[in-house]
Formats: sequence, structure tokens, C-alpha cells
Amino acid sequence: MNIKMDRTETGLLLALPLLILIAFVLPKWVVNYVQVSLGTGLVALGVMIQMRAGLVSFGQGLYFCVGGYAAGMLAKFLGISDLFLLLAAGILAALIVAGIAGFLLRRYREIFFAMLTLAISMILFGLLSSTEELGSTDGFNLPSATYLGWAPEGETGRLTLYTFTALVVVVCAILLNRFLKSPVGYINEAIRENEVRVEYLGTSAHHAVHITYVLAAVVSSIGGVLWALALGHVDPEMTNWTTSGQFVFISILSGTGNIAAPLIGTFLLEILRVYAVEISPNTWQMILGSVMLLTILYLPKGLWSLLTTRKSTKPSDDSADKISVGD
Amino acid sequence: MQTAVAISVDGLGFAAWLFLSSVGLTLIYGVMRILNIAHGGFYALGAYSSAWAIGLFVNSGGAVVYSFLLIPLAALLAGAIAGLLVERGILRYMYGRDEVLMVLVTYAIFLILEDATKLIWGTESYVAWQPAFHFGTINVMDIPYTVYKFIIMAVALAVGAALFLVLNKTRVGKLLLVVIEDREISGALGINVTLFFTVTFVVGAILGALGGAISAPEISVLPGIGAEIIVLSFAVIVIGGMGSIGGAMLGALIVGFARALSVHLYPPAELFSIYLVMAAVLAVKPYGLFALAESRKI
Amino acid sequence: MAVLLETRNLERTFGAVYAAKDVNIKIEAGEVLGVIGSNGAGKTTFVNMVTGYLKPTAGEILYKGEEITGTPTRDITRLGICRSFQIPQLFPELPVIENMLIALTVAQQTRPVLFRPAINESLKEQAMELLRRFKIDHHAEQEIQTLAQGVRKLVDIAMATVANPDLLFLDEPTSGVSADEKMGFMKVLIDALKETRTAVLFIEHDMEIIERFSPRCVAFYEGTILADGPTEEVLENKEVREFVIGSEFHRSGNAASTAASVQEV
Repeated sequence: MNIKMDRTETGLLLALPLLILIAFVLPKWVVNYVQVSLGTGLVALGVMIQMRAGLVSFGQGLYFCVGGYAAGMLAKFLGISDLFLLLAAGILAALIVAGIAGFLLRRYREIFFAMLTLAISMILFGLLSSTEELGSTDGFNLPSATYLGWAPEGETGRLTLYTFTALVVVVCAILLNRFLKSPVGYINEAIRENEVRVEYLGTSAHHAVHITYVLAAVVSSIGGVLWALALGHVDPEMTNWTTSGQFVFISILSGTGNIAAPLIGTFLLEILRVYAVEISPNTWQMILGSVMLLTILYLPKGLWSLLTTRKSTKPSDDSADKISVGD
Repeated sequence: MQTAVAISVDGLGFAAWLFLSSVGLTLIYGVMRILNIAHGGFYALGAYSSAWAIGLFVNSGGAVVYSFLLIPLAALLAGAIAGLLVERGILRYMYGRDEVLMVLVTYAIFLILEDATKLIWGTESYVAWQPAFHFGTINVMDIPYTVYKFIIMAVALAVGAALFLVLNKTRVGKLLLVVIEDREISGALGINVTLFFTVTFVVGAILGALGGAISAPEISVLPGIGAEIIVLSFAVIVIGGMGSIGGAMLGALIVGFARALSVHLYPPAELFSIYLVMAAVLAVKPYGLFALAESRKI
Repeated sequence: MAVLLETRNLERTFGAVYAAKDVNIKIEAGEVLGVIGSNGAGKTTFVNMVTGYLKPTAGEILYKGEEITGTPTRDITRLGICRSFQIPQLFPELPVIENMLIALTVAQQTRPVLFRPAINESLKEQAMELLRRFKIDHHAEQEIQTLAQGVRKLVDIAMATVANPDLLFLDEPTSGVSADEKMGFMKVLIDALKETRTAVLFIEHDMEIIERFSPRCVAFYEGTILADGPTEEVLENKEVREFVIGSEFHRSGNAASTAASVQEV
């Protein structure tokens, strides 16, 4: 277990310089896609850590949007463009919203959790769509980021933001990797499998779910801030349920096996989308849907499971049924 | 006073439309335990096929009064074909799987249906207003309302009553209740559970398509209406308690009136009032107002 | 000996039905007692109430002299009262060893730890030690859902002991274990528990097992206690013979009892 964990973390650390290097080598448009998918990849990570607890959030776009808008509003109304302050604003906003919403959501599981997360994200969607001060459905633009008073412009600005994005994402991924192996991370797996037993082992499933929910929110809002700065724009679509659906899609596709999987998955999907939309704009969702069905049917643990060998044998449906009497 | 009447009529109008659009969702969940996101796709298919058929018919010189027949016909065809394809082609391989997994499966189907709709009808919008104005308007307290609005209310009531009667008064309905109660035992009793599932799913799909078909004359039909209706339907069936027909009716009324209230009193709140109501109901009554009983765990 | 647990006039209703009525039981530290009663007599309800899963509608529960009525399950576990389940409550998709590691992690966690690894070598050793004590260490790498019912039962019970409870409830430990294995199974179990001097209350339908393993026996009937005392006396009691053992005797084999117990669950 420990060896595996180290491998993921070293992998991420080794990937960091590579990730930064490609900004200087690869064409600009590819780098842009990498940067954008690093932002959305963090949201997919937020979905994934909740999935470990068996919870599917169909409203993770909420915190993607909260992060983006918190940063955007700080820039728009207070003229602040410092990256660190914007990140702090996004994190703080997510902490507050998720801290409160968590008291309600931690009581729900399964489809109720899915629907309630969706409903809450749609409250924000409705709210932002009808707020003219924030540009209604059009949203508004963000300025370029500054760094503790340093305001790089043009190419330097682009590369600096990209470098920081990569850095923040890798740090987040390492922390989340540690989280998955931590006691609370372990409890989440137990909650997914059998919550009654978790309570009987002497711990509160509600607390663990609340903590996980808030953590996922914070990560997603960081993703939102970075994404908004990369694009220089925010709009209510960020919290529409269809956006959240895409994050769920990525988590299903990449599985919950490894923290790097959603990040890589997001990027591949982004690239695939560019070509698919180019070739046949009206079949992109059809491809997504079909891939998702095939993944669920044939690779229930995600594409990542192709890379890892499994020693345990697949159980028969029969024995699974017997167990489910008690869960 | 005028506002109060306007809120009532609009509230009932919204409620009727919401009930028609959501009752299939709650039926499918009640019987099959599938929270069917693809329902939004059925709604969109119904809306497109009805708007397209009406447009074609009226533009080629057909009498508008007959175009009313096209609405149920379009719903029936679109719902039955799509429902059968989805159930026989995909869902039947997934029965007995986890409820959350089924949500993801139906989400994938929803994505596929969205593009299927675009491939058939393109991305431009369809308007088929003729039936909506054919019978003119009625003035209620000096506010004109289309007769069509009241027709939708009548249809919603009729569908609700028909479902209630079939479920509670007929042999088929009683057998269905047995299937809902215990799938395994009903199989052992010789009830054809697979057939019940297929029929339920197709009926649910037709109802979803009917919701779209009947509202097509009142809206402009364009991509994205499926995604919009599915969240509204969630709110409706969650508030009432999933799987309950009566609950869907109550949920539709609550959501309908919440929307009518905000439209008339504070328009900016229109979009989020619905979800606010949903979250509020769930905060108090976690599994909806008429929730199905949960069984003991240990 | 010191009284560990005491219930006073414990009562629980489901609608108009009494699942428990005037239940008064004292359990002493380190003792072993068997509970008998037909299905629906209120045995599991009693365990559910004491462990905080069900709230009693009336009455008090005292543990080590302190009232614990209405305390949440997780806090009761922390106080030292644990249980196993009629239908094992495990983490079915994970291997046995992972099940035990999760249980140990949870039991040893006092406040949420977010970014430090949960598993280390000493924890693994503890988990293996527990499995060895219940003689299931050779199943360590197998997923729960691939195991036979009897092994699942032992994992379930082993898991209930991770927090070193002072009082352990075993809800029908031998149900689902084949008739000829029952005695050996119980022996492994009781021997393992004697090592830790845990007080054990076990629910059992097999009178032979009751006679052999529990010096004291409590008989439940329709939510009330029909008899409580030394096992030989309770089993000779006229009412017990008529209402409890008689009905047990008529139960037609394992199939019927399994079906009925699923209902009760």
C-alpha cells in the first residue's frame, strides 16, 4: 500500500517539470488545452473523492462556479487580481457554501445525494442567470492575474499563469492522494460498502461525508479559479447540471483507482472533443454517451483499471445478492 | 385580486405541464427503481416530433383542428419507439444493478438521445403555435388565457385519474403492485416481471413524450429543453416522494405555484425558486412528502 | 462480580405491537449468557436498543452505572459495547484483511485525520493477529463476497472485537453455519473471546449449543422475558418448554428458519 502511494506521488512530482516544460515546447493551442483541463481536472478530482464514498455528485459544477465567481467578483468589484488572493477567495467561498450545504447533504446517500447536489447547483444557476450586476447568462470577464505586485504581460503572463496552475494542481493532487490513504479516506470506502457497520465501529459517517464534501468543494473551487483565469471569463454555465454531468463522466471513465487518472482523462477528453466537434458537431454527446455505457458495462472500475493488475477473483452475482440483503 | 387570480391560473397551468412531464419519471422509478435521466430525452423527442408534424401538416394546408390529433400520435410514436429501443437495447442488460449506477446509465442514454434528436431535426428551433390559439382565449378577470392552457390542465387530470384507476382498480394494476412489493416473489408466482418492466418503461417514455408534445405549441422547441425539463421533473417527484403518482401531483402543484408566485411577484427569482423549494422540502422531509417506506436494515 | 449492563423496564413499540416490554436484564463482567426465543420475540430488538440503533420508547439502560439510553451507536461502541450481526455487516467488495484494517483504523481514530496514511505495519500485524485468533487468517486475501457464510460470520465477529469491548452481543452467530460444524464453530468463538475476558451475550436457536456454552440463559417471548437463570432451570421451565422450545422444535429445518430470520432482519 505504502509503495503504491509513493509511486503516485513521485509520478506527480516528476510530471511537474515535464508539465511546465511542455509550455515552452508544444504549440500554444495545445498548452491552452492542458491549462484548461488542469482546472476542470481538479473538479473531476472533487467528484472522484466523493465517489470513493459511493456518493455521486451531479452538482460539482456548483463549486467550480463558486470559485470562478468568487475570484471574478473580487477582481470586478475590488480590483484585486493577485493570484494568491483570488485563490484564497475561491477557497473561502467554497468553505462557507460547502460547510453549510454539507449539514444538509451529509444526511443523504445514493440517488438522493445525486439529486440534491444537482438541485443546489441549479439554485446558483438560477440566481446568477438573473443577476444583471453579474452579467446574467453572459457572465463577465476577468483581468490577467498578478503575483504579489508583479504583473507580467503577454507571453510572460501566459507562461507564469500556466506554471502556477500546474504547480497548484500537482500540490492538490498529492494532498488528495494522501487523503485517500488517510483514516478518513479509508472510512469513506467503508461508508460506500456498509454504513451501518461504520457506525458500529464507533465513528460518524456523517462527519466523514461532510469533511469529504467540503474538501471536494475546495478542490473544485480552486479548479474554478484557475479555469476562470485561464479563460479570462466566467458564466453561469459553470454550475449548470450538464457541466457537472461532464465531471461525472470523467470520473466514471477514469475510475477511482488513481488520483492522476481524472487529470489525464480530462485532458484526453478535451483534445478528443476538439476533433470530434470539428468533424461532426452533432455526434459528440452521442460518442460520450456510448463510451460511458461501454465503460460501465465492461470496465466498471474505469480505464485506469486496465493499467493495474487485479489479484482478487470476480464474485458471482449470486453471492453479491445475498450480501445486499443487509446493506 | 387580479394578481391572485393570475397566480392561481398560471400556477395550475405550470402544474399541469409539470405533472405531465414528470409522472412518467415517477412511474418508472416506482416500479423499476430507475431514476431515469433519459426522461428528458423522451420529452424532447415528443416535443420535436409534435412540433415538426404539426408544422408539416398545417403548412401543407391541413385544418388546424385535426392537428390536435397529431399531438398524442407524435407522443405515442416517439415515446414507444424510443422507449422500446432503450429498454430492450440497453436497460434490460442492467437490471438489478445499483440505483446510482442506473442514474449514470440513463445519463449516458440521455446524452445519446440529445444528439439523436439533433441528427433528426437539426439544431434550429421549431415553432408550432397554431393549436395553441385555435380555440381562442378566455378572459379570467380581464386576463386573456388560451383555451389550450385549460385543455392541458384537463389532460393532466385525465392522465392522473387514468393512472390511479389502472394501478388501483384493475387486475394489471394489482399485479404491478405485487411486482413493486417484491420482484423475486412475483417472479415465483408466475408473473412475467420482464414484460411488466418493458411495458412500464414504454408507458413512462410515452408519458414523457406526451409532456413534450403537448407543450410544443406553447414554447419554441430547441436543443436543451430536455436538460431543462429533467431538473424540473426531479424537483417535482422528489418533493412528492419518488415513485408516488399522488406525490407527483402534489409536487407539480407546489413547484407550479412557486414558479407562478415568483413570476408575478418577483420575476428574477423565477429560475431558482423551484430548486429553493425543493431543497427546503428535502431539508425538512428528507425523502419527500409521500415517500415509499424504507425497509429495516439490520 | 460487578454489574456491567443493566436495563430497567425497557420498552419498544412498533405501531401497536410491543417488540419489547418490561425488559429487565443484568449482565455481569466477563459472563457468558445465551438468549433464546422464537423469531419476533424481541431478541434482536433488545440488542438494537442497547447498542443505540433503535431508541427505546420507555425504560433505561445503564452501563457501568451510567445511563446510556438514547446514546448514538458510535458512542456506545466507544464505551465498550459491540455486536455482531445475524446477517454479517461487512465491506463485501474488499478482501478480509482490508475489512479488518478499516475496522482497526476506525476504532483507533479519535479525531479526523486527513493527510496522514492510515495503514502501517503494526496495524497490519494487529489485523493478522485478530484473524489468527478466529482461525481465519488463511482467508486474509479473499474478498468477503467470495466467502462461505460461516467464514463471513467469523469475520463479522472478529470485526466486532477490534475495539476490545467489555460487552459483546452476538446475534445468532451459528445461523448459516451447517449443523455438523456448529459446535466446532462455537468453540473457536468462545475460546477466542475467553482470552480477552469479554462478557458475551449470544442469541441462539440451538438448545444443545445453549446447554454447552452458556451457564446462564434468558428466554424471550413476545417482547418480554419469560425466564432468566441457570441454563438447566430455564430449559426445564414449563412455560419456556411450551412457548419457546416447543416452537423451536416445530421449526421445519434450516430453510424455514432462514426465511423467517430474513424477515426479522
